[in-house]
Amino acid sequence: MILNVLHKTRYEFATPVGGIIQSLRLIPARCEGQTVIDWRVEVAGAVMGEVFRDGAGDYIQTASLRTRTSNIEVIVNGTIETRDCAGVLRGHRERVPPRAYMRNTPRTAPNRAIRELAEQALAGMEAASALEQAHALASAVHGALPYLPGATHAHTTAAEAMNEGAGVCQDHTHVLIACAHLADLPARYVSGYLNASEDGTPHEASHAWAEIFVDGLGWVGFDASNESCPNEHYIRLGSGLDAQDAAPIRGLVLGGTEESLDVTVVIEAQQQ
Amino acid sequence: MAESFFNEMYDPNGLRAPYRRLEGWYQDMPNEFRALKQAEAEDLFRRYGITFAVYGEGGDPDRLIPFDMFPRVFAADEWRRLERGIKQRARALNAFLSDVYDRGEIIRAGRIPADLVYRNEAFEIAVAGFRPPLGVFSHIVGIDLVRTGPDQFYVLEDNCRTPSGVSYMLENREVMMRMFPHLFQANRVAPVDNYARLLKRTLASVAPAKCDRDPNIVILTPGHFNSAYYEHSFLADLMGVELVEGQDLFVDGDFCWMRTTQGPRKVDVIYRRIDDAFLDPLCFRPDSSLGVPGLMNVYRSGGVTICSAPGAGVADDKAIYTYVPEMVRFYLGEAPILENVPTWQCARADELKYVQEHLSELVVKEVHGSGGYGMLVGPRADKATIEAFAAKLAENPSNYIAQPTLALSTCPTFVEDGIAPRHVDLRPYCLVGRDVELVPGGLTRVALTEGSLVVNSSQGGGVKDTWVIAEE
Amino acid sequence: MLSRTAANLFWMARYLERSETTARLLDLGFRNALMPNTGGGYRNEWSAILQSKGTLQNFTEKYGELKQRNVESFLFFDQDNPSSVASCITAARENARIVRTALTTQVWDAINTSFQELKALMRRERSSLEVPELTDWTLRTAALIRGAIETTQLRNDGYRFMNLGYAVERADNTARLLDVKYYVLLPSVAYVGSGLDNYQWTTLLRALSAHRAYNWAYGGELSAAQIAHFLILNPKFPRSLLSCCLEVNEHLDHLARIYDRTTTAQEAARRLLAELVEAQIEDVFDEGLHEFLTRMISQNAGLGQCIHDQYLTGEAR
Repeated sequence: MILNVLHKTRYEFATPVGGIIQSLRLIPARCEGQTVIDWRVEVAGAVMGEVFRDGAGDYIQTASLRTRTSNIEVIVNGTIETRDCAGVLRGHRERVPPRAYMRNTPRTAPNRAIRELAEQALAGMEAASALEQAHALASAVHGALPYLPGATHAHTTAAEAMNEGAGVCQDHTHVLIACAHLADLPARYVSGYLNASEDGTPHEASHAWAEIFVDGLGWVGFDASNESCPNEHYIRLGSGLDAQDAAPIRGLVLGGTEESLDVTVVIEAQQQ
Repeated sequence: MAESFFNEMYDPNGLRAPYRRLEGWYQDMPNEFRALKQAEAEDLFRRYGITFAVYGEGGDPDRLIPFDMFPRVFAADEWRRLERGIKQRARALNAFLSDVYDRGEIIRAGRIPADLVYRNEAFEIAVAGFRPPLGVFSHIVGIDLVRTGPDQFYVLEDNCRTPSGVSYMLENREVMMRMFPHLFQANRVAPVDNYARLLKRTLASVAPAKCDRDPNIVILTPGHFNSAYYEHSFLADLMGVELVEGQDLFVDGDFCWMRTTQGPRKVDVIYRRIDDAFLDPLCFRPDSSLGVPGLMNVYRSGGVTICSAPGAGVADDKAIYTYVPEMVRFYLGEAPILENVPTWQCARADELKYVQEHLSELVVKEVHGSGGYGMLVGPRADKATIEAFAAKLAENPSNYIAQPTLALSTCPTFVEDGIAPRHVDLRPYCLVGRDVELVPGGLTRVALTEGSLVVNSSQGGGVKDTWVIAEE
Repeated sequence: MLSRTAANLFWMARYLERSETTARLLDLGFRNALMPNTGGGYRNEWSAILQSKGTLQNFTEKYGELKQRNVESFLFFDQDNPSSVASCITAARENARIVRTALTTQVWDAINTSFQELKALMRRERSSLEVPELTDWTLRTAALIRGAIETTQLRNDGYRFMNLGYAVERADNTARLLDVKYYVLLPSVAYVGSGLDNYQWTTLLRALSAHRAYNWAYGGELSAAQIAHFLILNPKFPRSLLSCCLEVNEHLDHLARIYDRTTTAQEAARRLLAELVEAQIEDVFDEGLHEFLTRMISQNAGLGQCIHDQYLTGEAR
């Protein structure tokens, strides 16, 4: 499937700020499931650093703007060919050992509710394979947290989302990571895009899911929000320990604070 | 009990050779003269501005670390062996770091458990797969040593991040030479004053490949409220490099720049004295204002070198410590020259059981602790302290390791009425760049309280000048 | 040189100069209060003093009524008042401590000793301290530090930034002191030329350590025009605006030579100097002395900002 992506992030400041510095993770990873045909990342007026690939296999780039400005726009515009790999991350060159993804952050630390969720999901599955266990955890998270935009916010932790009883893809992913760790399975947060509309109508397409490491198979994606594994509708940007660590844009405003943030992502399947 | 400690000046056969020319010096010293000299030393330290703020104790932030005038002396042949052992260990620690951020051969070979390394908080995912210039991660390795006999040296711990205290090594010598010049005429003491030059050379040797001129080196300090600020400014001054705070640096494009009165100036090597977590809010703690936003991207794309490398801490963790002799054998194919202190990992059930049954005989430390905080010295603790500690231990065993109480050697030390033996340790500073270098000396810390085995300056320890007698 | 180091030196000097000005203001108020029958009693004058430093509101919030003892404490000891002598010396010492390696031992000793003496003064019984002792101590301390700087510091860029700090701050302070007397202190125009008017002019000159110099230069007769000329346009008087501006120009020119680079700071300083060199005191009064001083204060602040932007941020290319 060939997907076109137009992703705009616009920051507006009430009073001009001294500049901005950002670490961008906005270029799709190179792996079997996706091949970039054309991809551009632009921040108007900013100095763009050299693109490098980190140990996790993500493409990273610095954008810095050191002049007074009252707005900044990050524009990602690209075309990519995707294939369904049944959720398995294949052909992805990375150097981080999977066991390094066993640690929790404050966002993925389990509480009692998460422990109980994981226990119930895995009850009677002691002999099951790691893959079966991962599937069981993903559907348990899907069942426990109905999708409800607005129930949580950008800094909600897995434990808080469980208490809330609802959440969005970020919360599903955090809770699933916490559960996987409890089952001694390395797990990480993946940020990317999802082409969710069958008819090609524009929609909010930023997305997140978890990857769980299964011996023999490698990293396997689990989208607890949709109770599915990533397929040709998914574009993988990068990974990390949690939403903050894997954020496509991590930045700081120099000499000022962010006033408003407007994000639009349009993704559509190209007619073939 | 006192007889069982090795006295570095007098052994059962009498005066030991390295101290031979010191005997007359202190015996002939009248008390008033000694008091005068002691006051003079303190005055010198104050004038140099060497003070030490103790974490969380409040009180006088301009407190001096007590300086004991009686030097601690090594013979040339003793030092030769130590030097080989220290350099060997520094090379092995760097080989380990280079390996675990690359293919992890030592783990594949089953010599160190994977989880001990990869699940360690100090293992930085952000630098996995990245090879710093020359493959060096820890450029200044501080190795804490204790002695228990003429030939028995043990490594207490390794410091691969930012070992402090080297300014004391240099200033102690400076003060001693000013106060007792004739001692240096009588004893052929090997000089240490080229440390700053060697440090600068080491830092310059790891400049990034993108740097095509004389590298611009800076020292990054958390600021003048930090307890080691004096040392940061002292080293900057000696090396002739700028002492910067995070706010003095910024990232633009692929490089890191320093704000100067003549505009931005590119920075090539950063000797940082702040922890990994604070280096870059875009990579690590987002609330850090001590670091430089974007620095890790510049580092990882080869625009700047950070010393020590982020992630170097995984080698000096107290749980990893146990495996350092294994690293020496694995990477260097050599037998370790310096021994480890036998260590019980409380994370292991059988070893925890032993520790719990022998608390009153052991020293128990936090895995990530430093500065002598949060530790239990079993033989010196009362029953209530031991019980309180046992509760903490039971709650989180994997946070602790235990070691036997070592019979630390003693060195003559000036006390109220003359001299008396006090326990000492040693921290030499090994430099690793294109070459591996060690100046003949280090920081000798001394427990000033009679019988005490805790030498940390935050717990009432003092310092001594450390001599290595040059070859005849 | 690191921009932050230059900024610390610049601000160290500004705080030192400011501590001196606050002490001079305190002296001015103290001498005025000795005068028995002023318009609204002594209170107006103390409020005028506080107004000139923009701290009247701070004072009223903390102390309420304008009692002389309170004003003295506020201006000298109060750490909540950012321009009190104590605050300024503490801030100067903190700036100095951060850049100690850029200072000579003599300069550091002088600054550090003044800080230790200040702490000793603060420990003393307040009733045993009279204003003249406090102001004398401040002026003596300031002279000692300035002397150490002049006789021991290398003539490098750091020295230039210290002197820029002194000169920019001093111009601001002279303009403000003159404005206090001319615009704020006198209750109404009817008093012009009265005994009160003359007394206030004399105390102003005294507070600036300038009354004898003025007598020598202008023959002793007090007139607003001559005093204004003295404090604004006379290049012989070291605190005049012209003197300060000459100094700023001199040190900026040195920087341009050291760095082989001219910036907008040199241009701004030259423009200000050109105006002061050409100005006649009649023009000043035609514009209105208060209006003129207000404009000078703002232009001087602009110059300070320009120095900041060009040298102290480290981003100007």
